[in-house]
Amino acid sequence: MRDNAILVVVARFLIPLVMLFGLYVQFHGEYSPGGGFQAGVLFASAWILFVFIYGLDTGLRVIPQRVIYALASLGVLLYALVGLLGVALGGRFLDFDPLLDAPKAAQQTGIILVEFGVGVTVAAVVMLIFLLFARRRADTVAAGLDPDAADDVREEQQ
Amino acid sequence: MLFLIVVAVTVVVTRDLLKATMLFAIYSLTIAGLFATLDAGDVALTEAAVGAGISTVLILAVLALVPRYEHRRAGHSLPALAIVTLTGAALVYASFDLPAFGNAGNPIHQHLGAYFIEQTYSDIGIPNLVAAVLASYRSIDTMGEAVVILTAGIVVYALLAPPPRHRQRRDGGDS
Repeated sequence: MRDNAILVVVARFLIPLVMLFGLYVQFHGEYSPGGGFQAGVLFASAWILFVFIYGLDTGLRVIPQRVIYALASLGVLLYALVGLLGVALGGRFLDFDPLLDAPKAAQQTGIILVEFGVGVTVAAVVMLIFLLFARRRADTVAAGLDPDAADDVREEQQ
Repeated sequence: MLFLIVVAVTVVVTRDLLKATMLFAIYSLTIAGLFATLDAGDVALTEAAVGAGISTVLILAVLALVPRYEHRRAGHSLPALAIVTLTGAALVYASFDLPAFGNAGNPIHQHLGAYFIEQTYSDIGIPNLVAAVLASYRSIDTMGEAVVILTAGIVVYALLAPPPRHRQRRDGGDS
């Protein structure tokens, strides 16, 4: 879709804005609506828009597939490790109080960290699902099974 | 609200999956606006981003793989109809026992909800109740959610990663 000037210009303008808004939703989630889940989705949608414009290969050069796999697991691991850190410092699992001396600051730190973990996982998994479907489409076409032709085949059989 | 009902009925009736996807997006966007007018910013944001945005894109990605039109199946399943009718009747019957809508004395306003509204700021020190409940009071729940999302990604990978086989000969047995 690189030849469509309007789409390219609009996307170039929008992608940084969407990412910035994703970061805002991620790290301002304690004060305004938002949090890890929404921010992850916003971030992934910016990447998907990029893929729409520049193609899957360029998108995978920005974030390689292995990095997506790693990020999906790292988000959950970050969450669990923050929980275990609380245990290591003498609290219960996912008890944020021991993280810092001041209880409120400790709670906020814990919330920001786990929300970041959620955000990373959500963004990576959404990208992964999209990537898999897009690749499946390419494989199907490459294998000579055009999905759009399936309609005609069905009609012939009936 | 009326618009929502019209859109929902159209989604059920239409056979064109692409049209149904677009109508779902409209539905999500409308309901996100509804949540926003009800001051539920978090829910509205989630609905707009997830419901109207990403899930539409993902369903479109699925539609690239499957035929565009749903094909009509002949006949009806009477046991299914009976089960659906019975469940619906039971739900309607159960709804008579719900407390009156909007009454301040309802149980939902009495116990934990009131505690969260009064204590969150002094306990945790952040103004967003939803974030506090999600990430601090019920953080193990949220961790479960994150694990569920990761599992969903793994399952989609397991289903889609093997190369496509010649499905057409078996008439869609492998869908």
